[in-house]
Amino acid sequence: MRFACIVFPGSNCDVDMYHAIRDELGEEVEYVWHTETDLDRFDGILLPGGFSYGDYLRCGAIARFSNVMEAVKKAAAEGKPVLGVCNGFQVLLEAGLLPGAMRRNENLKFICRPVTLVVENNQTMFTTGYEASQEITIPVAHGEGNYYCDEELLKTLEANKQIVFKYKDNPNGSISDIAGITNEQGNVLGMMPHPERAVDQLLGSNDGLQLFKSILRTWREAHVVTS
Amino acid sequence: MFKVKVYITLRESVLDPQGSAVRSSLHALSYNEVQEVRIGKYLELTLEKNENVDARVKEMCEKLLANTVIEDYRYEIEEVVPS
Repeated sequence: MRFACIVFPGSNCDVDMYHAIRDELGEEVEYVWHTETDLDRFDGILLPGGFSYGDYLRCGAIARFSNVMEAVKKAAAEGKPVLGVCNGFQVLLEAGLLPGAMRRNENLKFICRPVTLVVENNQTMFTTGYEASQEITIPVAHGEGNYYCDEELLKTLEANKQIVFKYKDNPNGSISDIAGITNEQGNVLGMMPHPERAVDQLLGSNDGLQLFKSILRTWREAHVVTS
Repeated sequence: MFKVKVYITLRESVLDPQGSAVRSSLHALSYNEVQEVRIGKYLELTLEKNENVDARVKEMCEKLLANTVIEDYRYEIEEVVPS
């Protein structure tokens, strides 16, 4: 499987993402600069965390107009897995690939620590490696991770099982403890916690690795013909 | 030339944590009459003269300057004659 790791000016978790795919998952990955317009050669798209365009105006607001985002939209429409972590999640929200918006953390503090997530939906292409309701440890590092949507959208997200991860102890004030959601089709996942920083026990947890393994397994089931 | 003043605020229904923190601070300084503080953004744009200034500014606000999921915006357009 071949992954694109999209790099915006200000991305700073791109190296972690690259490491997770190449060294821990053992798959191909390539850094793709935001000016590129063609992602057809990739099977999966990764939008890493960081501070794209310095978070000027709003997190993700400027990155969404990068050339590469048209290609990300195309890949998403084709059903390819698209994973946005932290700032990548914010970019997906601003781009309209995921619904809702992000606000400043409720306590106004930048939060940087491991948190416990509950796997709400283990039937997505990103989570088949987890048990239903499994509790996993993944670090967060954000100042604006307070997910917001109105009541109507919340009901839709619940009905469609688009809420994939919830915080056990909500650190940022997100509505309904939401830590990660997918689009309606289920192939675009946005999450504030960093699974790429939890891929080896040396880092304190390897609970994030199953997310990448799940993507790979789903892709292999669809693309690799076994005799 | 036009000078455009754009005001962006969080929607009334959206909690404003920055505003709440500033209100608490004002209360700590005994300004207890302050009931609510809302913090927003103020942008000044200088535009070349054009005929669709209102529609263009609205489009800028909807497309980039405000996130209409959580923010409201308003603007004032003022024509300025360069001296």
